[in-house]
Amino acid sequence: MSGTNKSYDPVEVSTLDPAALDAAVTEALTAFAAADSLESLKTARLAHQGDTSPLSLANREIGALPPTAKADAGKRVGMARGRVARALAERQNELEVERDARLLVEETVDVSAPVARRRLGARHPLELVSERVGDIFVAMGWEIAEGPEVESEWFNFDALNLGVDHPARQMQDTFFVDPPDAGLVLRTHTSPVQVRSMLERDLPLYIVCPGKVFRTDELDATHSPVFHQIEGLAVAEGLTMAHLRGTLNHFVEALFGQGLETRLRPSYFPFTEPSAELDFRCFICLGSDGSCRTCGGTGWIEWGGCGMVNRDVFQACGIDPDRYTGFAFGMGIERALMLRHGVKDMREMVEGDVRFSTQFGMEI
Amino acid sequence: MRAPVSWLGEYVEGAPVATGREVAASLVRMGLEEEDLHGGDITGPLVVGRVLEFVEEIQKNGKPIRWCQVDVGQNGQRVTEGTPQGIICGATNFAVDDLVVVVLPGAVLPGGFAISARKTYGHVSNGMICSAAELGIGSVGSDDSNAADGIVVLQSFLGEQDAAKLTPGDDAIELLGLADEVVEVTVTPDRGYCFSMRGIAREYAHATGGTFRDPAAMASAAANTSGYAVQLADEAPLNGRMGCDRYVARVVRGVNASAVSPPWMQKRLTQMGMRPISLAVDVTNYVMLALGQPLHAFDVSTLRGAIVVRRAQAGEKLRTLDNVERTLFSEDLLITDGGTAVLAIAGVMGGATSEVGASTTDVLVEAAHFDPTSVARSSRRHKLTTEASKRFERGVDPDITALAAEMAVNLLLEFGGGAADEGVTDVDHRPARARIDLDPSLPARLIGLPYSSEQVIESLREIGCDVLEPTWSGAGSGSDSASVSAPVSKALSVLPPSWRPDLRNGPDFAEEVVRLRGYDQIPSVLPQASSGRGLTHGQRVRRVLANTLAEQGFVEVLTYPFVSAQSHDDLGLPAADPRRTTVRIANPLSEQAPLMRTSVLSTMVEALRRNVSRGQRDAAIFELGLVTRPDGEPRVAPIPGTLERPDNATLGQIMAAVPPQPRRVAFVMTGDTDPAGWWGPGRPADWTDVVGAARALASALAVELVVTADDHAPWHPGRCARLELADGTLVGHAGELHPKVVTSLGLPSRTCAAELDVDVITAASNVRVQARELSTYPVAQSDVALVVDEQVGAADLESAVRQGAGEMLESVSLMDIYRGGQVGSGRKSLAYRLVFRAPERTLTTKEVNGLRDRAIAAAAAAVGAVQR
Ligand SMILES: [Zn+2]
Repeated sequence: MSGTNKSYDPVEVSTLDPAALDAAVTEALTAFAAADSLESLKTARLAHQGDTSPLSLANREIGALPPTAKADAGKRVGMARGRVARALAERQNELEVERDARLLVEETVDVSAPVARRRLGARHPLELVSERVGDIFVAMGWEIAEGPEVESEWFNFDALNLGVDHPARQMQDTFFVDPPDAGLVLRTHTSPVQVRSMLERDLPLYIVCPGKVFRTDELDATHSPVFHQIEGLAVAEGLTMAHLRGTLNHFVEALFGQGLETRLRPSYFPFTEPSAELDFRCFICLGSDGSCRTCGGTGWIEWGGCGMVNRDVFQACGIDPDRYTGFAFGMGIERALMLRHGVKDMREMVEGDVRFSTQFGMEI
Repeated sequence: MRAPVSWLGEYVEGAPVATGREVAASLVRMGLEEEDLHGGDITGPLVVGRVLEFVEEIQKNGKPIRWCQVDVGQNGQRVTEGTPQGIICGATNFAVDDLVVVVLPGAVLPGGFAISARKTYGHVSNGMICSAAELGIGSVGSDDSNAADGIVVLQSFLGEQDAAKLTPGDDAIELLGLADEVVEVTVTPDRGYCFSMRGIAREYAHATGGTFRDPAAMASAAANTSGYAVQLADEAPLNGRMGCDRYVARVVRGVNASAVSPPWMQKRLTQMGMRPISLAVDVTNYVMLALGQPLHAFDVSTLRGAIVVRRAQAGEKLRTLDNVERTLFSEDLLITDGGTAVLAIAGVMGGATSEVGASTTDVLVEAAHFDPTSVARSSRRHKLTTEASKRFERGVDPDITALAAEMAVNLLLEFGGGAADEGVTDVDHRPARARIDLDPSLPARLIGLPYSSEQVIESLREIGCDVLEPTWSGAGSGSDSASVSAPVSKALSVLPPSWRPDLRNGPDFAEEVVRLRGYDQIPSVLPQASSGRGLTHGQRVRRVLANTLAEQGFVEVLTYPFVSAQSHDDLGLPAADPRRTTVRIANPLSEQAPLMRTSVLSTMVEALRRNVSRGQRDAAIFELGLVTRPDGEPRVAPIPGTLERPDNATLGQIMAAVPPQPRRVAFVMTGDTDPAGWWGPGRPADWTDVVGAARALASALAVELVVTADDHAPWHPGRCARLELADGTLVGHAGELHPKVVTSLGLPSRTCAAELDVDVITAASNVRVQARELSTYPVAQSDVALVVDEQVGAADLESAVRQGAGEMLESVSLMDIYRGGQVGSGRKSLAYRLVFRAPERTLTTKEVNGLRDRAIAAAAAAVGAVQR
């Protein structure tokens, strides 16, 4: 410290010369602006902000100044360094934003390319229709009842007022289990489930019975020896045909569309009396097209049979026909699928071609 | 059953003029479903023409065509001036001077076939000479089944006499009744009376408010004792009902054997879809169509003795009119000549020997009333459904027997001449019809409409019932205080009409009331169902299984449950396999597949093959359905009566005879399971996919599945997984199919499959999962490789590891399986990642290592594992 020059003039120290400082700053700013990448900016930063850069040197020399000069020089150097630091941060930010944007562009893919890494399966549309119909009734407080497909003759025929002389009991219509006197058949309708339910469940009773049924028809575009039905049965005190109609109207609207008009017309079934057929307005032509293929030009679509449960059926099931009344109805699931989704050929429903089911997806 | 609109008009007065479609709509309201509409769709000019001359030209194909000159009167002037018209005709069944039906340009034939002059075969054909088929009138006047394609020659169609009155140019639409529409309806089994114009007209009158004119409202000759001898000798009535309770026989002698029925009758028969044959046959058919009473005409000259109606004897035979020699069944009711020679199966079909023919002059008309059951059984036993059997089966009005015979006799006399015998036989054992009590409030209670007593009575009377209103007693008797003025019965006493054997009880009458007053009046009221419990657990489980499989890439199929015995061999089932115990169908559609399936997989094979053959090489399908698994004990389901609920023992017997039908889910896959594409190659399906899918099903239902190796057909013995519940209950099998099975079933190699018992899964999943508390402390991971003998199953090793690691073990994953020099032959190394977590603190490294070592020790003890 002995050699300290008390009359040291900071202006005389070259690196602290204001003009030199300005020049260093200008040089730094120019270099930063000229940097066109984060890499070149890094190089510029080392050159103009690094340990050997003029401003760093200047900063170091401040320490050697007399106290009187320190404050002034420190202030000037500090300002210069601040300007450089701000310019660097600004440029750094600019280049980072540029890089980020470029990266996103570079990472762009063709999202329209088809992708199917995993194969999705499908439900069979008949099952989906069946579930949908079941849900409609479950939503009304009904339950779904089921039973065996190999069934006793008594449940399939006798209890339903189809006596021994009924045509359906002939071998040309019904599959009989061998030996034929075993009293077993492949059920020809899901009605035996209704009989089982009347025998086993408590009254009042509101059930639908979906399931597979069998008739000795050869497979063609409109017939199949194995097909699907859904039948309904309600037994309670005070049920009338008006309740039957109300139920079926709701069913039709829920499955085919709101506001479809229905019509009941007299018919005959051994297990109901009175009996009726339910038609609904053709939802394609609404009855206005005499050449409509969906309804055959009649304006009405035949939907299924129904009626008030025959007293004889109640009797066989041990239900007091003077106290209880009931109604029953039955529809074909295949028919619903054909009508609702334009399936033209029954064979497509039974062949198991994966293309058939896949087109419907998982909800119908 | 058909009904020409013009014929209906004859029996119903005051009904508004209606088109065929309107008539059909009216009948539909009464319960006669529309089947078809015939006729009425020809618009003219359709005229009578006379063939003046023709030139036959042979075509290149060897087929002749005729270039005809036809006189069509003042018609057809549009193309050529004046007559005759030049017309090309492809048929050759006519001659010069024949009167034919000519359709001229501008006309439209049935099916919208518009006629115009057109150039053909080198001529301009100015119209067409019509065949019966083109006119929509069926085959006419010939036994030739191709007759419909032949030209209608009016001299033979109408008879010379009537044809002689025609002039070329006359309107043929009116002449042939082609403007008349014919409605065809379906008759339900309870309405046998509607197999007659009488019955349909009655319903049409109900529908339109017109007045029904009963064609049977006529007098018939009184029965006497001098008629043809008839004996009713049914010694084995069915269900206590006489096979024949009324038999009317009338004889007409000296009928002109060559007489033909009049054109109007022929036209009606044709409209009804029947073929005119001869006067006697046409008359019996016509009366049947008009009144619903089937008649039979016997040639009297072939008869030797009295008509005896009896049951058949064993071994008796009859050659019926359709020329089939039939062996009769002892239940068949027969019409016999003197009790010996069989003339007919009653109500079904007559025999060839007594048939009226071209030389018949003396005709015996039979009008009888046969028991519906007896006729129905004969008809079915002989697989012979006739116009007569159709009607008798459904019930014929027993009160019009004599009237129908009378109508037939009158028509025979009118158009065939001759004289009717004075003798009139009417053996009449009709049982009295019973009156039925009806609570007049029942229709209202059943239908949900407030029908009054008066409305009920009015409707029942309208359909022909005799209704007696309630009688009242005790009125005005003051001395007896116990006698109160009260109805003896508030029920109506109803006697149904003779043609309505179907009306047996209250609901039957209720149907008649609502039918007459209109089904369209029934209001719509939604019933309030008693609160349901939603889907059952089993139903929800099935949806989960199906949806899970669909999400795993399987497509649902629904195959027929029929298989052959051969399929069991193809599946490689051992001889004593319970899956070979089947239910057999007595009358299968195909003798190739008479058995009910015992596994769902067995019927899915064909669907998989079909997909592959249609180009779907990567296919995965599943099916959920029942199989039939009888125990092999023969059982018979009793068939008790239906007058009351069978007792519990009987019901139990019925239920026990129905074979068990467990529900299964099966899935099968071939080809790539992960598709190939621009992203990379596909991944072929292998055993891990089906075992994985089975595990996914169990996981979806929170059921723990234990998987071990098994050797079970039809799987590959080294690639068959046995799936069990934790308690050892068998769930099913999964894996790769046996190469031999794959070959014998024609499946792509390496096809994989699984079959699981849904009932077992359903029961196992029917428990409430109790939630574990989730720890939020950090996990600690520890990897360990264990070397074991090749025979040791991964499931056993893992179970030992789990047991040794204790409750802090959160999960264990098998990361790698290594076989090779480093572990020695016959050994394998399994690398596991163990994840530990404690519920209430962070585990220390030391603790984790301790747990890991315990796991290793347990594995060593259980299966001899050595840490690698
Ligand atoms: Zn339509």
